[in-house]
Amino acid sequence: MIDFLRQFWNRDTDSSKQIAKERLRLVLVHDRVNVSPSLLEALKVDLMEVISKYMEIEETGLEVNLDKSDNSVALVANIPVKRMKRAVDQSR
Amino acid sequence: MAGRVIVVTSGKGGVGKTTTAANIGAGLALLGRKVCLIDADIGLRNLDVVLGLENRIVYDLTDVVEGSCRLRQALIKDKRTENLYLLPAAQTKEKDAVAPDQMRTLCDELREEFEYILVDCPAGIERGFKNAIAGADEAIIVTTPEVAAVRDADRIIGLLEAAELYEPRLIVNRIRPQMVRKGDMMGIEDIIEILAIDLLGVVPDDEDIIVSTNRGEPVVMDRRSRAGQAYSNIARRLEGIDVPFLSLEDDGWVARLKRAILGHS
Ligand SMILES: Nc1ncnc2c1ncn2[C@@H]1O[C@H](COP(=O)(O)OP(=O)(O)OP(=O)(O)O)[C@@H](O)[C@H]1O
Ligand SMILES: [Mg+2]
Repeated sequence: MIDFLRQFWNRDTDSSKQIAKERLRLVLVHDRVNVSPSLLEALKVDLMEVISKYMEIEETGLEVNLDKSDNSVALVANIPVKRMKRAVDQSR
Repeated sequence: MAGRVIVVTSGKGGVGKTTTAANIGAGLALLGRKVCLIDADIGLRNLDVVLGLENRIVYDLTDVVEGSCRLRQALIKDKRTENLYLLPAAQTKEKDAVAPDQMRTLCDELREEFEYILVDCPAGIERGFKNAIAGADEAIIVTTPEVAAVRDADRIIGLLEAAELYEPRLIVNRIRPQMVRKGDMMGIEDIIEILAIDLLGVVPDDEDIIVSTNRGEPVVMDRRSRAGQAYSNIARRLEGIDVPFLSLEDDGWVARLKRAILGHS
């Protein structure tokens, strides 16, 4: 009977299982971002290549970062544009 | 013959890698496969004790790679199971006595003669881990339903990927169905969802494992134990057989009685 009642209580978010899941989710969001600094560099190079097809960009001013808040991560890119292209450059 | 080299790893220590390697190895041997277990935990050898073979060791893994003996001389044949062999770790040598390309060569040599080569990996992500995964084509990750263990498993998945070992499969060890039901332990779905990898098996927390380890006999030989059944299922899944996962509910007295009478097949 006690077990039966506990099962009802534990539907709540404060069962230790829910707490564990939530803590794990958060810790992994941060771990996964930290694992690979070289990944961001590679992304930067690829981004530059794609964007250059459409516009001329200031390559030295390019910034790509992962913004971490408590429970989410966002990819933030700041890319200074020098000039728009009139047509898509297929050669690059 | 070109055998499969499978590394059993976890990141976190003490979650059940050695127990898993021993039991999957014995399970596959019971299915008639020719299996070699490699203890890659140099300096902390355990696999020999779990298998009850600790008194038969003459040469070890390090002797083989250093060329002090031939591979055949170092392999120990299991006393109960036909087709099961152990290549023990050195107990008194340093972890860096072996290098990744030596491991690769060794695994390739074993591939010629065995259908399965299972490598028991040390805890951690350093030298010993890198050696253990060097020769592998597949990886099994063992975790327990705890935050720290699953977190380390996630890290290992990343490191395996970096080493071009893709699609590792997961074994969740030491599940306690009652606690999961009460909401006091993460369940299989929770863990699988978070790690986003395929499930290979679920092993309950089971006193039979302690008893069988005391005796030096893999629990998979005990047809009446739940953990034994779980390992036997895992061995069959590796063979490509579609075996349903043990149900968490399946632990009432009916199920236990059925097992006691019929054993597991
Ligand atoms: N399913 C289980 N039920 C009960 N006990 C278990 C279970 N799995 C493992 N154990 C026990 O947990 C302990 C650690 O297991 P094991 O040595 O296999 O872990 P490991 O990951 O190889 O450790 P290490 O990182 O030190 O090499 C052992 O005493 C073993 O008997
Ligand atoms: Mg071990």
